[in-house]
Amino acid sequence: MSTWRVGWLIARKDLRIEWRSRVITNQVLPFAFVTMVIFGIALDANTDVLELVAPGLVWLATMFSLLLLVQRAFSVEADDGALDAMRVAGVDARGIFLGKAIGLVVQLLVLEVLLLCAAMVLYGETIRLDGVVLLVTTMVSATCGLAAVGTLYGGLAAGSKGRETLLPLLTLPAVAPVLIGATRAVESALGTGVAELSEGWQWVSLLTVFAVVFGVGGALAFGPLIDE
Amino acid sequence: MTTLDPKPTDTPSDGGTVTPSRSTGTNATRVIGIAAAVAMAWLVLFALVISPADVNQGESVRLLYIHVPTIWVAYLSFVVTAVASGIYLFTKKHSLGWDRLAGASAEFGVAFVGLTLIVGSLWGRLTWGVFWQWDARLTTTALLFVAYIGYLAVRRLGGSHQQRAKRSAVVGLLSVLLIPLVHWSVVIWRSLHQTASIANTEGDIKMDGTMLFTLFVGVVAFSLLYVWLVMHRTRAMAMEDMLEDRGLDVALAERRAEGAGR
Amino acid sequence: MIAIMEDAGFILGSYVVTFAVIGGFVWRAISSGRKLGKQIPDDDKYWT
Repeated sequence: MSTWRVGWLIARKDLRIEWRSRVITNQVLPFAFVTMVIFGIALDANTDVLELVAPGLVWLATMFSLLLLVQRAFSVEADDGALDAMRVAGVDARGIFLGKAIGLVVQLLVLEVLLLCAAMVLYGETIRLDGVVLLVTTMVSATCGLAAVGTLYGGLAAGSKGRETLLPLLTLPAVAPVLIGATRAVESALGTGVAELSEGWQWVSLLTVFAVVFGVGGALAFGPLIDE
Repeated sequence: MTTLDPKPTDTPSDGGTVTPSRSTGTNATRVIGIAAAVAMAWLVLFALVISPADVNQGESVRLLYIHVPTIWVAYLSFVVTAVASGIYLFTKKHSLGWDRLAGASAEFGVAFVGLTLIVGSLWGRLTWGVFWQWDARLTTTALLFVAYIGYLAVRRLGGSHQQRAKRSAVVGLLSVLLIPLVHWSVVIWRSLHQTASIANTEGDIKMDGTMLFTLFVGVVAFSLLYVWLVMHRTRAMAMEDMLEDRGLDVALAERRAEGAGR
Repeated sequence: MIAIMEDAGFILGSYVVTFAVIGGFVWRAISSGRKLGKQIPDDDKYWT
C-alpha cells in the first residue's frame, strides 16, 4: 500500500471515530468557545481592544484546542495498542503520520471557521471581501503547520507517562512562528488596526515554509519516534 | 547506601590495599578545570577592577563581560546538541555516547541561556530603561530557552536508553530548525509594526583594547568551563545508564530465579 | 572602593548569581561523579 493510501485510510478512520464519538462537538468546541468568552472577560469586554486583538485570540484558542485534539487522536491509538499493532503489521510510518495529520487538519479547519464566526459575533469582527483569498490561504497553510507539529510531538509523547504536561511544553514554543505569522496575516486579511492587505502574503510564505519543514521532518522522524 | 562496606566488585583487590574508586575526573579534566578556574579569576579581576567604565554605558558595560560569554556558550551547546543528535541518528552504530553528549550539552545550554536572560534583562534595565524588548534576538532566545527545557523533559520520559536517544535526537534536531524560523518570523513582525522603543540607544560601545581583551578572556573562561562540565556530565550519565542496566539485569535474574524455583 | 561604582547592586548581583549557578553545577559534577564512581567497577569506565 502506498504512503498516501495509508494516510487516506487512517485519516478517514480517525474522522469517522470523531464523528461518531461526538467528543469534538460536545467537548472541544465548547472548550474553544468558552476560551473566547473568557478572553473577552479578561480584556474587560472592551470591544475596541477585542476587535484589534481578535485574530490573535482566534489562533490562541485554536492552539489550545489543538493540544486537546492531538491528545485525543493518540489516546485513541495508544489505549488499544493500535499504534504498536500497526507498526508490527508493517504499516508505513510516514503513512500513519500523514493520516493523523490530515485528520487533524480537517478538524482544525472546521474549528477555525467556527471560531472566526464567534469572533464576528462576540468581538465585532468584520470580514472584508477582498481579503477572503488571503484569509483562506493563511488558514490552510497555518493549519498544515500546526497539524504537523501536533502529530509529531503527539506521537512522541503517546503512551508515556506525563504526556499530558509534556505536549504543551513541546508544542507551544514550536508553533510560536505560526502564531506570529498567522495572526499578522489574518490581521491583514481582516484589516484590523493598520494592517495592509499586501503585508499578509509574506506571512503566508513563512507559514508555508514552516508547514513544509515540519511536514517533511515529521514524516521522516515519525518512524524512529514511535518504534519501540 | 553506606559506603563503609563497598561491594567486592567495587574495589580492585590488588595486594589488599584499597584503592579509591575513580570518579569522573582524569588528568585532562584536571588541566581544563584549573585553566578554567584561573581564567575565571582573571575575568573577574579584569571585568570588575581593571577595565574602565564605558563612555556611553557607564558601569553597566561590566555586565556584558558575562552576558556575551554565557550566550556564546549557550548557542555553542545547542549546536553541539544538534550535531551529536545528528551523528547518533544518522550513523549505523547508534552509539549512546553521542546521545549522552547531546543531553549533557543541552543541560548546560539551558542553564546558560537562563543566565543570559537574567543578566541581559538587568543590563537592559540599566541601558534601555526596560527589562525586556520584543526584538528578534530576545524573543528567539526566550523561546529557545523553553524549547530546550522541553528537550530535557523528553529525555526524562522513560523507556529504554535507545528509545530515549531516538526521541531526544529528533527533538534536538527539530529544535535547531526552529531557531531560524522563529528568528525570521520575529524579524518580519518587528520590522512591520515598529513600535516606538523606549530608549533607542542600541547600547553602542566603543570597545577599547582592555574591554575587548576582557571579553576575550570571558569567552575563553566560559568555553573551558563548558568543556569541563560536559566531560564530567557525560561520564556521570554513562555511569547512570550502567547502573540502570545493572538494576535491570538484577531484576531479570531475580525474576528468572523465581521462575526456576517454582 | 566598590561603593563608588554606580549600579553596583545590579552588576555585583549578576556576578554573584552567575557564579552561584556555575558553582552549583561544578559541585554537582564533582559530587555525582564521586558517588556514581563508587558504584561502578573501574574497568567499565571508558575514560580510565
